[in-house]
Amino acid sequence: MSNVAGLFNYWVVIFLMMAGFFVVISQGNLVKKIIGLSLFQASAFILYISIGHVSGGEVPIYVEGSNLYSNPLPHVLILTAIVVSVSTTAVGLAIIIRIKETYNTVEEDEIQIIDNRKDDEDEPVEEEHPAEQKEDQS
Amino acid sequence: MDIALLAMLCVTAIAAIRIRDLFAVTMLFGIYSFLTATFFLSLDAIDVAFTEAAVGAGITTVLMLATLRLTGRYERKPKHNIFIPLIVVSITGAALVYGTLDAPLLGDPNAPAQQHVSPRYIEESPKEIGIPNMVTSVLASYRGYDTLGETFVIFCAGLAVIIILGIQDSGEVHPGRSAIGDQLVLRVVVKVLLPFILLFALYVQLHGDYGAGGGFQAGIIFASGFILYDLVFGEGDARLIVPPNFLKRLAALGVLLYAGVGLYSLFNGKAFLDYSALSDNPTSAQHIGIFLVELGVGITVFSVALTIFFAFSGRAQITVKTDRRPPL
Amino acid sequence: MSVVDHLPILIIIIPLIAAPLCVLFDSAKVSWLLALAACIFSFIGSIKLLNTITASGPISYSLGGWQPPWGIEYRLDLLSIILLLLLTSIASLVVLFARYSVEQEISKNRIVPFYATLLLAIAGLSGICISGDVFNLFVFLEISSIASYTLISLGKDRRALNAAFKYLVMGTIGATFILIGIGFLYMQTGTLNMQDLSERLPSLYDNRTIRAGFAFLTVGICLKLALFPLHLWLPNAYAYAPSVVSAFLAATATKVAVYMLLRFLLTVFDFNFSLNTMPLDVILIALGSVAIVSSSLVAIFQVNLKRLLAYSSIAQLGYISLSIGLASKLGIASAIIHLFNHALMKGALFLALGAMIYKVGGAELKHCQGMLKRMPLTSLAIIIGGLSLIGIPGTAGFISKWYMINASLEAGLWPLALLILFGSLLAIIYVWKMVEAITLQPSTSTATAPLTRDEAPLTMLVPIWALVIANIYYGINTELTVSLAQRAANILVGGY
Repeated sequence: MSNVAGLFNYWVVIFLMMAGFFVVISQGNLVKKIIGLSLFQASAFILYISIGHVSGGEVPIYVEGSNLYSNPLPHVLILTAIVVSVSTTAVGLAIIIRIKETYNTVEEDEIQIIDNRKDDEDEPVEEEHPAEQKEDQS
Repeated sequence: MDIALLAMLCVTAIAAIRIRDLFAVTMLFGIYSFLTATFFLSLDAIDVAFTEAAVGAGITTVLMLATLRLTGRYERKPKHNIFIPLIVVSITGAALVYGTLDAPLLGDPNAPAQQHVSPRYIEESPKEIGIPNMVTSVLASYRGYDTLGETFVIFCAGLAVIIILGIQDSGEVHPGRSAIGDQLVLRVVVKVLLPFILLFALYVQLHGDYGAGGGFQAGIIFASGFILYDLVFGEGDARLIVPPNFLKRLAALGVLLYAGVGLYSLFNGKAFLDYSALSDNPTSAQHIGIFLVELGVGITVFSVALTIFFAFSGRAQITVKTDRRPPL
Repeated sequence: MSVVDHLPILIIIIPLIAAPLCVLFDSAKVSWLLALAACIFSFIGSIKLLNTITASGPISYSLGGWQPPWGIEYRLDLLSIILLLLLTSIASLVVLFARYSVEQEISKNRIVPFYATLLLAIAGLSGICISGDVFNLFVFLEISSIASYTLISLGKDRRALNAAFKYLVMGTIGATFILIGIGFLYMQTGTLNMQDLSERLPSLYDNRTIRAGFAFLTVGICLKLALFPLHLWLPNAYAYAPSVVSAFLAATATKVAVYMLLRFLLTVFDFNFSLNTMPLDVILIALGSVAIVSSSLVAIFQVNLKRLLAYSSIAQLGYISLSIGLASKLGIASAIIHLFNHALMKGALFLALGAMIYKVGGAELKHCQGMLKRMPLTSLAIIIGGLSLIGIPGTAGFISKWYMINASLEAGLWPLALLILFGSLLAIIYVWKMVEAITLQPSTSTATAPLTRDEAPLTMLVPIWALVIANIYYGINTELTVSLAQRAANILVGGY
C-alpha cells in the first residue's frame, strides 16, 4: 500500500508530462506547440526534483545542528535545465513571429498548403528585404 | 498540501489542452509555472523555485504574450485526428511508469541518488567552499563548467533572437509615450518601486552564497526593472538608456568574464576553472571565484533578457502600428 | 604545465570564446578571421592529442580541479579524437568556404552573429565528443542544438523558417527524452560520470528504471540521428538552410549523434546489454534497412539537389545504424569508417552545391545545365563525390561499403549484404541524375548566364577539393581510417 502511495507522486507527474507531450505532437497551432513543449519540460523537472527529495530533510543550506538535507545535485541540474528550456522557448517564439510575418498564419496545416502551392510553381521563395539600406546603420 | 498542488496542476494542464483561446492558455501556463514553483518549495528546492518563478512564470509568460499579440489570439479548430498522438503518448507514458516501478520511494533518505556523490557536497562543502548554500557550491564550483555551458546557452539564445528578429531601432519608437496610455498612478508607483527592484536584484546577486539567489535570478530581476520602466514610461525609453548595441557587447563581456576566470587558472598552471589559482587561502579563493563567475552570469542574463524583450517589443511596434513589413 | 596538458579544454574553449569576441569586434572580416583561427587551432590541437592517445591511451582532465565524480571530467579516447579530428577539419574548411558564400546568402547585418553562432555550434558539438559527464554532454548538446536551429533559419528561402521550427520542436523533444534518461540513470546510481556509471550499471541491468532510462536515451539520440522514422526534420532543414550551414550540419551534426549512440551503448552501458539483452540489434537493423531503401527511393524523385542529398544522408545513416546493429567488432568498426567517409563525401558535395548556388543562383536540376563548361572544377567535384556515394572502388565510399558487407557476411546475414548492394544500385540512379544534368544536357540558348568559364573563387574551391582529394586518398590509402576505427571498436566493445 505504501508502495503505491510513494509512487503515486511520480505517476501524477508522468501524467502531467504526457499532457504536455500530447499538446506538442497533436496541436496544429505553433504557439500552442511551444506552450506544450514548456509544459512537458516543466513537468520533467518536477520528476527530477522529486528524486532528490529527502523526507524530513532541510533545504540544502547549511544550518548549525542540522544533519539531514535534501540532495542539492538535482537542484543544480534543474536550474541549468530551466534556463536551457527558456532559451529554447524564446528562440522558438522568435521563429514563430517571423513565420507569422511571412505566411500570415501560425497554423501548421495552412503553412503546409501555402508551401505546397509554391512547390507546384517550382520557385524558391525569397523573403523580401524592403529596407536593406537601413540595416547598414548600426 | 502536495496532493492539492498536484491536483491543481492536473486541472491546469487539462484545461490548457482543451481551451482554444491562446491568451487564456498562456495565463494557464503562467499559473502552472507558479504552481510548479510552489511544488518545488514543498520539495525543499528553494533555488529552483525562485528560478522557476522568475524565469518560467515570469519571462516565458511575457514572451508568449508578446508573441500572441502578433500571431493572433485564437487557435483554429484542429482538423487532424488525435489517434496517432494518443498512441505515442500512451506508449511513452507506459514506458515512464514502467521505469518508476523499481524506483525508490519519494523522500527515501537511503535512495541511491542520495548516496555516493551527493554526501560529499552536503558534508564537505561548508568547509571546502566555505559558504552555506550547497546548491551554489555545486553550481558555481564543483560543477562550475556546466554553468559556464549554461551561460553560453543564454548567450546563444540572445544571438539567435538578434539574428531572427533583429534589434535595430525601428524608427517608430515614441519616447515618453507609453504603450498602455498615460497612467499617472502607474508612473508614480513604478518610480517608487524601481530603485527597490534594482536594489533587490543586487541583493539577490550577492546573497546567493547564503540564501536562495545567484546570478540567474538577479539578472532576470534587474532586467525586469528596465522592462517595467519601458512598459510604463514610454516605448523605447529604455532603449535610450541601454542601447541594444551596448547590450549585446555587455552580454559578450559577461560570458567572457566567466571564461576568463577559467583561463586565468590555466595561465597559472592549474586546471580550467580551478579557483585555487585566485588566492592562497583556499576558501577565499572559492569565494572570489564564485563571486566573479556569478557576476558574469548575472551580466549576461540581464543583457540577454533585455535584448530579447527589445527584439520582441520592437517587432510588435512596427507590425501593429504601421502594417509595414519590418526590416530584417 | 604547458599548453599541451590543457589541450583538451583549450580545443573547446578557444572556439567558444571566439563567439563573444566576434560580437565585441562587430566586423564581418574580423569575425571570419577569428572563426578561421579558432577552428585551425582546434584542428592542430586535435592532431596533437591523437598522437598522445595512440601512444599512451585515454586522457582524463578534471575541470575545476575537482576529481570526478564530484567534478566534471573530460575523457578522451580513440573514438572521441576521431570525431574531434573530423569536426575541427570540416569546421576549418567550412569557415574558409563561408567567406563569399555568406555574403551572398545572408543579409549584411547578420553576418557577425552568424559567425558567432557557427562557432558556438562547433564548440557545442566538440564538447559533446569530449565530455565524460552525461549532464555536461546534455548542456553542450543544447548549445549546439540552439545554434543549429538559428543557423538553419537563416536560409534565404522562407521555408527555412518552418524547417528550423520543426527541427526545434523535434530536437527539444529528443533532448528532453535524453534528460529523462539521464534522470533515470541518476535515480538508481547517484552519479553522472560516465566511467562511474559504467562500473555501477552492470549490477543494475535488471532494474526496470535503468531499462526505461536506456530506452529514453536511445530514442532521444535516434531523434538527433535522424533514424527512420524520426528523420522527418532533416530533409527540409538541409535543403533550405544556407549552403555553408547545410554542408556543416550534414558532415557533423548527425555524426556526433552517432558518437553519442556509441558512447552510451558501449561505454556507459556495455556491448552485451545494449545489443544482446535489449533488442536493439534487431531494431537497428530493421530501421536501418527501411531507411536505406525508402530514403534512396525518395531521393531519386527529388528535383532540388540539396533535398536529394539530404535524403541520401538519411539513407547513409541507415547504413551506419545497420552496421551497429550487427553487434560485432567489425560492425562497429565499419560504422565508424562510414561515419568518417560519409562526412567527407557529403561535405564535399554540399560545398560544391554551395559554389554552384553562389555562381548560378540555385541548386535545382535546371540550374545544372552547362555546368561542366561553366564550372568544370566544381562539376568534377560533384561527380567524384557522387561516385564515392555509390561506392566505386578508388573512393572512400567503396571502403565503407566493403567493410559493411564484410561485417554482414561475418554475422551470417547475407541478405543484408545484398541490401547494401541494392542501396548502392539506388544510389547510382540518383547520382546519375545529378551527373547527367551537369554534363550531358546542353545548355539552352535562353540560359541567362554565359557559357564562359566562371569558376568559383579560390576560397571555395580549396575546401571543396581538399575534401574531394581526401575522398580519393582515404579510398586508396585505408590504413589510417581502418586501423583507427578498428582500434576504437575494440576498445569500445572490449573494455575501456
